[in-house]
Order: sequence, then structure tokens, then C-alpha cells
Amino acid sequence: MDNTVGITGYGAYVPRMRIKTSDIAEEWGVEGNTISKGLLLQEKSVPAVDEDTITLSVEAATYAIQRAQVSRADVGAVYIGSESHPYAVKPSGVVVAEALGLSRQIHVADYEFACNAGAQAMFVVSGLVRGGVIKNGLAIGADTSQGAPGDALEYSASAGAAAFLFGTSNVIASLDAFYSYTSDTPDFWRREGMMYPRHAGRFTGEPAYFSHVSAAAKGIMEQSGTQAGDFKYVIFHQPNGKFPLNVGKALGFTEEQMQPGRLAPCIGNTYSASSPLGLAATLDIADPGDRILMVSYGSGAGSTAFIFTTTSQLAATRERAPYVSQITDPSNRRYLDYGQYAKTRGKIRLGA
Amino acid sequence: MRDVAVLGIGQTKFGELWDKSLRDLFAEASLQAIDEASVQPQAIYVANAGGGLYNGQQHLGALLADHIGLSSLEAIRIEAADASGGVALRQGWAAVAGGLADYVLVTGVEKMTDLESDYQGYVQTTFTDQDVEGFSGLNLTALYALVAHQHMAAFGTTREQIAAATVQAHAHARKNPLAQFNNAVKLESVLNAAALASPLRMLDGAPASDGAAAVLLGPLDGARKGRLPLVRIAGSGQAGDVIALHNRRTLTGFPAAERAAAAAYKQAGVSSSDIQVAEVHDAYSIALLIALEDLGFVARGQAGAAVAEGVAGMAGRIPTNPSGGLKAQGAPLGAIGVAQAVEIVRQLRGTASNQVANARLGLSHNVGGVGGTAVVHIFSKED
Repeated sequence: MDNTVGITGYGAYVPRMRIKTSDIAEEWGVEGNTISKGLLLQEKSVPAVDEDTITLSVEAATYAIQRAQVSRADVGAVYIGSESHPYAVKPSGVVVAEALGLSRQIHVADYEFACNAGAQAMFVVSGLVRGGVIKNGLAIGADTSQGAPGDALEYSASAGAAAFLFGTSNVIASLDAFYSYTSDTPDFWRREGMMYPRHAGRFTGEPAYFSHVSAAAKGIMEQSGTQAGDFKYVIFHQPNGKFPLNVGKALGFTEEQMQPGRLAPCIGNTYSASSPLGLAATLDIADPGDRILMVSYGSGAGSTAFIFTTTSQLAATRERAPYVSQITDPSNRRYLDYGQYAKTRGKIRLGA
Repeated sequence: MRDVAVLGIGQTKFGELWDKSLRDLFAEASLQAIDEASVQPQAIYVANAGGGLYNGQQHLGALLADHIGLSSLEAIRIEAADASGGVALRQGWAAVAGGLADYVLVTGVEKMTDLESDYQGYVQTTFTDQDVEGFSGLNLTALYALVAHQHMAAFGTTREQIAAATVQAHAHARKNPLAQFNNAVKLESVLNAAALASPLRMLDGAPASDGAAAVLLGPLDGARKGRLPLVRIAGSGQAGDVIALHNRRTLTGFPAAERAAAAAYKQAGVSSSDIQVAEVHDAYSIALLIALEDLGFVARGQAGAAVAEGVAGMAGRIPTNPSGGLKAQGAPLGAIGVAQAVEIVRQLRGTASNQVANARLGLSHNVGGVGGTAVVHIFSKED
């Protein structure tokens, strides 16, 4: 046992239902393959009517605790990052903590930073563990995001959750470095009470996603004296299938490095769970001693980066709960047509 | 009327310039032109198609003259849809030619990218007959698509021949440091791009761009001869046509452009076959073909085959859009017509990044909307 801070358990959850981007496109009179070719998105996950950020978080966190085999009484904090917390006032975390049977002597706060919120939860929880304030802490990125009908975001806004337990015992991936880069950049936002977010079109690209992800990636590499070739794997925030490939290439990473963490083409943009799920999928296959870079991004805007190194504990630990590939296995999927999707997501105005 | 020379030129990069405002762009291009000419302008003509819509800013003459420290000058904003630049150039030329002013700054500027892409379609409708075209959903893309269909039906022009215009535009802009796009584009990519208005697809149309271009005009007589050859405006012609496409006599060409060209050729004492380099208004791929025919470079109906054969390429009979044109260099609306003039001046000076050898006579062609306004200028190298 040493005092290295790192991930001691992780879990993932993605809802079973899907809708194909070509079906959404055809609903709006756009040629079917425009989106799948242009944005490299085939289909996205759709939460059931009884699923929300809280339920998704419970699923993923259950697997994380199952893997870590930590005593529930020793979890000292629950932080959930999301842009679809069910309540504007009442943290998702209190419900999740209760559902997981954790102690009541616990610190809970919800996080919001667009798609970066899950990473923000991870950043804070790891800091509390490092500072000795808590023994173990749970950081979750979870979302059931919405895109306005007919808007570009409708093709990608999906649902998912990834949970990480941080601690100092039986660490499966040590946290070696972290870096945060933030600015006031109005690329995408949602006002209180509004159902759908708004965005600034092409402004969400180069001055938002690309500039912040690049700055955080370069910043953490400079700070830690590393370069692209030093990493076995890299995971970027995935608003679509294309952006992460482009930014990865520009930073000098290969497709092989990015491959395990690339989930967007099959499940869409899970927002606060996007890069966390990518990390989970990477931990599912990594070997001991693999160095992993994760760079999240959230509109508004900011990017938080982490460097992890896997340990010899990873292989035995990950067996204790389902892999991302098992959860998203094609045989689990159920496809919806656009009408079923709209009804399920509450997009149809009911009543008079 | 006295002869008018271009004493100074300026141009910003064209593209999605997130860090540069309308004012920044105006100042950058204008000050380059003023610096080069080393004279103080006495009037400022601002070419801008959509400041009120894109930027919530009108009264641009006053605003932009003030922004470069020349607030006491007479300054106006000139608008003729995407022909604003060429039309402002003509007004600046006329002011100097007629003795209204000795030195006139003409700067075209547009800042299009601060608003979402959907808005571009709406702004385009303001360049049509809003009551009967725009309001029905016919923006410029749709209207040019109708022209393309007509050209294909009347002359057998093929989709591939039209798409070749885009391939050529990108090939020309490869070396242009100011171009929005420096990448080559394959024919297959143009044919398979996202649909817009049949038969036009995403890569058939010029992009939304930010940018500015400027010329400082003055009398040829007495102009300081510097290191670079002087360039004279040898001809200027402008004409109009019924604005709504469905009221036109023809749907396969723009008579306004033919008439503007005829007036310019006559004034310059030249014909189309004398022109050695041209910058034309390729708002859409089909527009390049229409322009070649309207300007008399190829016979009516033959532009499809001509473009596919490379007649308008750098090695062709009439190198057209060496800058990459609207499609590849970019199309900040008010700046287009002035940027065309700037490129021709570079060509005649021998300083262009994609140089036509020994060019002495060049032409610029700028169209407003789907042919409601057209303006043509001819430039000649002096000594």
C-alpha cells in the first residue's frame, strides 16, 4: 500500500435503446448519409422514460464500487457532473448516495460545466483524496442530453454514465498529472428553464473545442515533460466522430492510440460521460504500465486533462463488472424510429 | 475625365476570422492601401452588403472613417448585394475621373461569421426580390440552382462540368496565402457533398467569409512611379436587369453582365480576346460558367466543355480566378469586387502569388444577387 492517488474502481452504463442518425436525417429532409459521413456518427443512445442522470449514475457507480470492493462507509464524497441534472435545485448526488447505501457522513455537490462536468468531478475528488480529506471519493459523469428537433445537435445528443472511485489503496490507474484550461467562450449554452441548448454553429469548432482541447493537451504534456508518442492511449471529448480524430491528428497522436476510447460513432455524444466513458473503455483493455492521456472539453468553455498510468491491479479488478463493450453489445440494442424517439424523449407537446 | 490609377492596394486574409471584427478588417486593408500610396484620401467609399444584418451596424462610412482616424472626410457605404465592391470601385473611379476628389479610398469589408450558419440563408433572401422570391424561400442558392438546371437543359452542360469549376478554384488557391482554403478538392467530393438545392451541393458554393480589401485611387497623371508598374483603370461598366429571376428574358446568362462588359470593353478600346487574366464572380460553380459566356470568353453554351478542358485554368487561353475566386479565396460579400481588383493589380504588377506570365490587361467582374446588378472593370499596365 502506498499513498499514490488514483482510480480504484470504475463503472460504465449506456442505455440500450438507439436511433440511427440516418433516420433522424431523413425525418428532417436531409440526405441519410450526410451526418454519418460528415460527422462520423452512425447512431446514438436513447434513455428509456424511467431513466435519467440519477439512474444512470447509480448503475455506473454500482459497478465502480463492485470493482473497487471498497467499503461503502469509506466513500467520503459523491460528485456528479452533468448538464441534465433532473433538478435545478436538489443535487443528483444525494439520491445516488442514498441509492448506493453510502454513509450519511459524506460530502455531496453537483457539478456543471457542459460536457466537462464529469472531468471536473474527477479533478475535485482526486484532490480531496490527495489532501487526505477523504479516503475514497466517487466522481461521475452522466447525462441524458437533449438536442432541439431539426437542430444539428439532435444527431449527437445522447445518454450515458461513467463512474470512477478515487483512493489510495489498490489503485488500478495512478493519477500522475492534471491540468485545467478555461476561458469565457460562448460556443454553446442553455438558460435556466430552457429545454434545449443553443449553440453558435461553426464557432463551436476552432475557437472552442479545438483551441481548448489543444491548449490543455499541450499544457499537460509540457508540464509533465511528455509528448504524444509517450502515451499508449489518448481519449478526447467526443462531440461527434470527427472532431477527436482531427484534434488528435493535429497533436501528433495516431488512430491506434485513439481507437479504444472512441465511442461516439456508436453511442453519440454522452456529454459529461463522453471522455469518462472513453477512459472506461480504455481501462477495459489496457495492460499494466500503460500511460493514458484523457482530455475532456466542456462548452463555455474549458478543458481538463489527466495522465494516468495503469497498474498490475487493473486486470483482476476490471473482471468484477461488465466492460463497456458488453454493455453496448449489439445484441443489447433496441432501435427506435423517430416517432418513438420523440415520444420517449418528451419532445412531443402533449395535451391542449 | 482624367485617367485613374490604382496607387495602393490592401487585403486581409479571408476566412472565419474569429478574432477580427468588422472594424479590425476595415482598418487592416485600408491602412495597407493608404500606406502604399503614401497619400491621404479625401473620400472613403465603404463597400458592404450586410452590415445591418450581420453586425447590427449601419452608417458605416462614418463609423469606419472614424475608426481609422479620418472622421472628417466625406464617407459613404455603398451596397449592391455581392456587387457592392465593384460598384463602389466604379464610384471611386468616377469621383477621381471627374475631379470630385484626387485620392479616394475604396474598401470592401464584410464580417459574416458572427451569426449562425442558418442566418446566411436569410441574408441571401435580402438580395432577391424579397416579396416574391425571398419570402417564398428562394434564396440565392435556390435561384442559382434554377439557372444551373436551365443551362444543363438548354446546352447539355453536365453536372461534372459544373463541378469542375470548384476543382479549378481550389487548385488556383493552393499557393494563395490570403485564401480561406488552400486545399485541393476532388471532383468526386464536389459531386457527393451534402445537398443544398439540386443540382448544387455544399462544395458548389462560395463560403461565408470575413475579410476586407482596399484600393487607393488617384490620377494617373503625376502619379509617383515607384518600384512597381502603375495600373490604370482602362474601362468601367455597370448595368442592371430585372431583379426577379422569373421576370428575365433569359435564364441561362446574365444580360446585365454582358452589357456591363460591353461598356467596359468599349471604354477601354479592347475586346474580350485581348484580356489576359480575369477575376470573375463565382458565387456558385455555375456562375463561373455563366461569367465566361457573358464576358465573351467562350460562346454561349460552351462554358461547360471549356472549363472541363481547362480553358480558364492557369495554362488555358483565359486564366480565370488565379486567386481561387469566391469559392476558394473566399467571399466576404462587400469585399469581393475590391479583392478582384486587388488581384488584377497584383497580376499586372507581376506580384501575384499565382502569377499569369506577362499580363498587361486584366478584367474584374462582380455580380449582385442572381444578376440584378453587374459591374466590370478593365485594368491595364502602364509602361
